[in-house]
Amino acid sequence: MDRLFELGPEFWEAAFETLYMVALTLLFGGLAGLLLGMVLYTTRPGSLLSNKPVFTIVNVVINFFRPIPFIIFIAAVQPLSRLVIGTGIGNDALVFALSIAASFAIARIVEQNLLTVSPGVVEAARAMGAGPIRILRTVVLPEALGPLILGYTFVLVAIVDMTAVAGLIGGGGLGNFAVVYGYRQYQPLITWAAVILIIVFVQLAQFFGNWLARKVMRR
Amino acid sequence: MALVSLTDVTKSYPSPEKGGAPIVAVDSVSLEVEAGDVYGIIGYSGAGKSTLVRLINALEPTTSGTIEVGGREITTMPERELRGIRLEIGMIFQQFNLFNSKTVRANIAYPLQVAGASKAEITARVDELLAFVGLTDKARNYPDQLSGGQKQRVGIARALATSPRLLLADEATSALDPETTQEVLELLKRVNREFGVTIVIITHEMDVIQSIATKVAVMDGGRVIESGDVFDVFSAPKNASSARFVSTVVKGIPSPAEVVVLRERHEGRIVTISFRDGDASQAAVFLDLANAGLEFELVYGGINDIQGRAFGHLTLAIRGADAAVDAVLAKIGARAEVTEVA
Repeated sequence: MDRLFELGPEFWEAAFETLYMVALTLLFGGLAGLLLGMVLYTTRPGSLLSNKPVFTIVNVVINFFRPIPFIIFIAAVQPLSRLVIGTGIGNDALVFALSIAASFAIARIVEQNLLTVSPGVVEAARAMGAGPIRILRTVVLPEALGPLILGYTFVLVAIVDMTAVAGLIGGGGLGNFAVVYGYRQYQPLITWAAVILIIVFVQLAQFFGNWLARKVMRR
Repeated sequence: MALVSLTDVTKSYPSPEKGGAPIVAVDSVSLEVEAGDVYGIIGYSGAGKSTLVRLINALEPTTSGTIEVGGREITTMPERELRGIRLEIGMIFQQFNLFNSKTVRANIAYPLQVAGASKAEITARVDELLAFVGLTDKARNYPDQLSGGQKQRVGIARALATSPRLLLADEATSALDPETTQEVLELLKRVNREFGVTIVIITHEMDVIQSIATKVAVMDGGRVIESGDVFDVFSAPKNASSARFVSTVVKGIPSPAEVVVLRERHEGRIVTISFRDGDASQAAVFLDLANAGLEFELVYGGINDIQGRAFGHLTLAIRGADAAVDAVLAKIGARAEVTEVA
């Protein structure tokens, strides 16, 4: 227990680093995923801007990257990371890799949730003379907002999970803290302290997501 | 000039199987909807009527043939221009298709926003429409807080927002109970009378046609098999399939099974006389029978009213000498339609 108090500053710094990585990934990966998901939805055959070549390419690219285990993906994407953000190690490099990986997963979640919007409602908007982009923005996205929030909450939890491997490329965060100070030094208490804080983060995120979705869906 | 005019319109979809024959949903349909009409299109499900109505606002592209709306050919029009046409055509749906994430007010405002109306214009127009459909107190509610009839009234208000000349109703009452159906039909009649909006209404229920339409087209297998004034089609259907539809609402024609029962119960010749307004009066027919000294009784029948015009079918059992009966029937047959059923 004393050891935990000694490590107090490192512990809180690790907690902050986890939040930092999660927040940035959610921002970049979330936006890229939203965009990709909307492209999948609108270019799907029979949809608003149906375009088979675009749909097929995006679909295949996502299917290509999705099954790559994240721990391998980090290494594979390192050269690109150096090129784009100037570094292949540390928290920012992890955010870079994680944003890409998350955007593919989010694209699928966005696509699935947009597809649940009734085609009849989309048809009604078309019958009123609305164009595809307007329909996407003012009808499809608002109609799917509740499930989308729940989908993003689900991804958020997965992102917290994925940040735990940041230590592999010299990053920090609670995962790294638990491994370095808990596991390697035979201090299960330290490991558990990190575990419990992660659980608290995840619970808070889930509660907030549920609350927001309920508010949007009014039930 | 007709507001909507379809000439030889065909819509086919590629076969779901590779190399299969295409599926023809609408097959060489020609029809004209005059401004002010309430034009009913009736048919069983799969007859192609929902596809047909979607061709009129170009939600579906036509395979061949031409469609003119307000004198403008729409089958060759680019999508961007079609959006302008769609603003002039309202549409309501069987499942209402309201935006569940928007309030009643925002639902009705939506087409006005698409049309680029100002905030003040939108508020004024939405208030007007809410009052027209009797939902002023529901403006802030969401669709899932409304009953089916209320939802369809919102649908109607939304379809009328941009003051279209034409309203397409796709099975608009099929998801409603009979009482609510009448309510919605009354509202549609007001839309037609008070705003002069032409209505094309798709349905599989003949009583919808009976209570609201002025013209009707009967569809079967993608084709229009009969069309004309509702009164004419109802009182004298020319086609077996139309007759089947008509018989679901028209009273007075005994079915073959009923004819068998009538035969068992009554002696003499059983004859159905069909009257249409303007034809021989019933009084004259009865007088002819009495003057010929024939004994007769009324065994089956009914009088129908279509938009204030009456027609009926009366089935009589007539007893007397064959020659005398023939003579009287020939006399009556000159003025009304006579069918010997047994």
